[in-house]
Amino acid sequence: VENVRLLDRLSSRRAVVGTLYLTATHVIFVENGSETRKETWVLHSQISSIEKQATTATGCPLLIRCKNFQVIQLVIPQERDCHDIYISLIRLARPVKYEELYCFSFNPKLDKEEREQGWKLVDLNEEYNRMGVPNNYWQISDVNRDYGVCDSYPTEVYVPKSATAHIIVGSSKFRSRRRFPALSYYCKGNNASICRSSQPLSGFSARCLEDEQMLQAIRKANPGSDFIYVVDTRPKLNAMANRAAGKGYENEDNYSNIKFQFIGIENIHVMRNSLQKMLEVCELKSPSMSDFLWGLENSGWLKHIKAIIDAGIFIAKAVAEEGVSVLVHCSDGWDRTAQVCSVASLLLDPYYRTMKGFMVLIEKDWVSFGHKFNHRYGNLDGDPKEISPVIDQFIECVWQLMEQFPCAFEFNERFLIHIQHHIYSCQFGNFLCNSQKERRELQIKERTYSLWAHLWKNRADYLNPLYRSDHSQTQGTLHPQIASCNFLYKFWSGMYNRFEKGLHPRQSVTDYLMAVKEETQQLEEELEVLQERLANLQKSQSGDNKVKSKQQDQSKQTGLYTSNNSLANTPQEYSNDLKSFPSRSPSQGDEEDSALILTQDNLKSSDPDLSANSDQESGVEDLSCRSPSGGGCLPSEDSGKDSDEAVFLAG
Amino acid sequence: MEFAELIKTPRADNVALHRPFHPAVEGTLCLTGHHLIFSSRRQDNAEELWLLHSNIDSIEKRFVGSLGTIIIKCKDLRIIQLDIPGMEECLNIASSIEALSTLDSVTLMYPFFYRPMFEVLEDGWSSFLLEQEFELLSSVTNEWRLSCVNKEFSVCPSYPPVVIVPKCIDDEALRKVALFRHGSRFPVLSYYHKKNGMAMLRSSQPLTGTNGRRCKEDEKLINATLRSGRRGFVIDTRPLNVAQQARAKGGGFEQEVHYPQWRRIHKCIERFNILQESFIKLVEACNDQSHNMDRWLSKLEASNWLTHIKELLTAACLAAQCIDREGASVLVHGSEGTDSTLQVTSLAQIILDPRCRTIRGFEALVVREWLLAGHPFQQRCAQSAYSNSKQKWEAPVFLLFLECVWQIHRQFPCSFEFNEQFLILLFEHAYASQFGTFLGNNENERAKLKLPQKTMSLWSWVNRPEELSRFQNPLYEANSLVIWPSVAPQSLQLWEGVFLRWNRPSKFLEEAEEERINIIKYNKELQAKVNALRRQLAELETGEETREE
Repeated sequence: VENVRLLDRLSSRRAVVGTLYLTATHVIFVENGSETRKETWVLHSQISSIEKQATTATGCPLLIRCKNFQVIQLVIPQERDCHDIYISLIRLARPVKYEELYCFSFNPKLDKEEREQGWKLVDLNEEYNRMGVPNNYWQISDVNRDYGVCDSYPTEVYVPKSATAHIIVGSSKFRSRRRFPALSYYCKGNNASICRSSQPLSGFSARCLEDEQMLQAIRKANPGSDFIYVVDTRPKLNAMANRAAGKGYENEDNYSNIKFQFIGIENIHVMRNSLQKMLEVCELKSPSMSDFLWGLENSGWLKHIKAIIDAGIFIAKAVAEEGVSVLVHCSDGWDRTAQVCSVASLLLDPYYRTMKGFMVLIEKDWVSFGHKFNHRYGNLDGDPKEISPVIDQFIECVWQLMEQFPCAFEFNERFLIHIQHHIYSCQFGNFLCNSQKERRELQIKERTYSLWAHLWKNRADYLNPLYRSDHSQTQGTLHPQIASCNFLYKFWSGMYNRFEKGLHPRQSVTDYLMAVKEETQQLEEELEVLQERLANLQKSQSGDNKVKSKQQDQSKQTGLYTSNNSLANTPQEYSNDLKSFPSRSPSQGDEEDSALILTQDNLKSSDPDLSANSDQESGVEDLSCRSPSGGGCLPSEDSGKDSDEAVFLAG
Repeated sequence: MEFAELIKTPRADNVALHRPFHPAVEGTLCLTGHHLIFSSRRQDNAEELWLLHSNIDSIEKRFVGSLGTIIIKCKDLRIIQLDIPGMEECLNIASSIEALSTLDSVTLMYPFFYRPMFEVLEDGWSSFLLEQEFELLSSVTNEWRLSCVNKEFSVCPSYPPVVIVPKCIDDEALRKVALFRHGSRFPVLSYYHKKNGMAMLRSSQPLTGTNGRRCKEDEKLINATLRSGRRGFVIDTRPLNVAQQARAKGGGFEQEVHYPQWRRIHKCIERFNILQESFIKLVEACNDQSHNMDRWLSKLEASNWLTHIKELLTAACLAAQCIDREGASVLVHGSEGTDSTLQVTSLAQIILDPRCRTIRGFEALVVREWLLAGHPFQQRCAQSAYSNSKQKWEAPVFLLFLECVWQIHRQFPCSFEFNEQFLILLFEHAYASQFGTFLGNNENERAKLKLPQKTMSLWSWVNRPEELSRFQNPLYEANSLVIWPSVAPQSLQLWEGVFLRWNRPSKFLEEAEEERINIIKYNKELQAKVNALRRQLAELETGEETREE
């Protein structure tokens, strides 16, 4: 469709005209204009909602909201075209079969061997070995081979040595969806462990001997401690309500040596609504500070984030400081349990704070233990009530911890944002389906590519320059007691306003430092070469004193520094008064700003979010981005508020 | 008066000092005329705390049996607690601290007693003179002149003796304009934008009153800054209704009939007690130890502090935009022209002028736009967020300015030569200092107090190389562009470095800063080494060539 206008959400004055294409996998908008045919690509699987608004004189507006928090506003001249697009997109955004998803057609031009290698990058067996199991207390159990006991669990699970197949099967019958207690994390230093399960089917009075034996076995696997914590991550009220349905929580009287603890994390429906409310705040046009803070508070989002981290802190403390094992569950044990176990692991073990370790962590606590990616992130058309930003919350928890411990993580914010993006993109097979069983049936590993290999290949882009493996923050447990202050939790505009580049800092410290480090490395190499050459020369010249001085051209290395300031940006609409001012020359303002988009925003399918477009001030020397990744890291796009709606001018 | 009279108990032993995130320490407390000194007796970890009495904002005392507790709340927002055995000692100490921290006379303040332990390399009192500024200006334009009309402070008591005004306006006209402006603060040059020759002026409100008085000289003065055929903007920092109400008290605003070439824009920048209350509420919220997320956000919101930040930044951006993008001259004023006016003009310069983002340039800006311009520091900074007194002239005007600079700094972390610590330093010294820089309310008062002769300037100390190194931003690379910050709520954050400074463990953040410094330092060292080697190699190689020839 031609002559479509793409509106800038923050400024109606910055609309661009172009052509809209629909392909089998993407919505593509290509700007008109001779040199700068900027392209915007959106994967169908990223589309979360499409809204057709009332037709106006200029055309028919179409609002597309994406799961990666991009919001696209189009105005299509013909109502009929708009309707057709709307209908097509609705269908395309809600595939019914896995085979329709992008990962089955995505081909990054790797051969079979490379693809297989990619899938081998993250190996959970290796990971359990790294943790120190199997050992005297823990063994691998094949009770779930062929998914015979629990179809949402992996085939290989680690259980206490004293837990016989009989106990496991018995316990599984007493747990929702037969998700029996299994090992999530083992602490080599003191034998304490984190286990996970679903809720017991205790109702008001039911008991299960095998389940009690199972918990006893977990305690025995940690000889240093005479009790275990059982952490129910639900609010007490929710857990009690479940009893009426024959589910519920452990009765301390029936289990010897457990300490039972509720941690009130809300359910997926509350979280879904909370995110919805927060996104409404993000979408406000020129909100006042009060609108924003009030809306943020009202969404409750940060409160939920804090609850998850606090739960992780509780468990990490129990394991690291008290040396007590913990069994974590919620209802089904695949949402809150996954969040809390992975936050606790991250706090406990520096390995999970490395890039590779973080991939392993997601693979272990989320993918292998049957987090329902398909249902939660709506990859296939399904029940909208199943959708909830469960892993988004975990990813934000990691970001919040990164803000508090800037040297503790090997990866940077971009790494988290890209993982979030690909959980929804369905470009890689990792997060397809709801369980390992389904993924094996679909032959994901044979038919699709692994995200981890892709991220690993580009790992230079994702490094935190402040990370040093020998730094104190990268050793041992992160001391979490400090994380409990409420004012430490901040709104993550890098994620939720990800596409409003104008709202972000205009210079990236991370990219700057990465570039410096890269240059440092080159200098180190050069230094070595020079020293060698010098030594050789001196040898050959020994005794010769004739030296003539001559200035050497040193342009090579100064080049890097001068090209750093790619921060030309343009002013926002700070007042609408300027618009109506009569003496204003037409050569200033809009035209100048909008004609200055230089870089082509070519959203290559493999890196959909490394797009950069930068307005540059005219007459400014050639300023190129210093970032080694060349990515959209120094966003300089005008963050201009919509001039017509701007409320900057008081009175 | 002898300080000794106020000190009944100069020393107490076995005092316990409590601070957040530090274990309690036991030691000896001493009171001197200007300091509260606490030193721990522990050999392994001798610790000393020196606190200026003038830094104490309020004190509270409590008793449990004969153990007295004094809670000291400081102007830099820190809170410490001292447990003092003995009721009498405790009462004596408390009353001494109270008396010593609220001395009336400026000349009893510590700067008049302070003897520097460092060698003065450069006298800060004469580091930043308006004459030098004018010299720089003269090299690019001859449209301005330095006027001594205010010699002896005879025309405007809150202006410095020299000011920069349009060349075509003589001193006689200036005297007339002074009569037409509140507090005689006639329009003077604040900033000249070299890129396009546009000027930013500042003044106080015109005294139009209800009957629309006018002053031809005033009109002529500000029109002199316009290019022919072009118009200018008057940015009034008050909302229109406030400006209108001001007429009843003899004030007012520039009316279109008399200033047809100027377009007026009203902004709403809060003043005085509204800011002070906001400051108090914010600090209260930051000190609230409850772990309830909701209460934190609503308290932050209710303080309105970030709203003030947003409004102020927006106004400054607008002024900068008028000058740089619209190519128009700008006149900024509120009522008195000593508070919101200076916030706007100084922030606009941060945005427009790369020089103001260097350390010396920023110091010059503070001197020019705050100290010389007559911001009443002594009144505004007499008390901080813990004071109970409801004096109406106290307000965190300068702190708001510093925070706005910090907000811009956060968005352009590589464009400033100084770091966050430098801004915090200025905040601290504006409220309590051993230096005389921020004493007095204007140049007139400073001259009368003979501050340059009797006290040391902050700049004399801070500009010494060993001090400066602490305030340098390792990421700095000169950026000659105009920097446009985002003023969206998502882009503004609470200034943790000031407001949460004492309420959070800062170890991890400090370590991060250390890493940043080391990364840059190592890079620079390597560069120097490589350069040296290259040179050496080049010399040897040419030697080789000559020998071969």
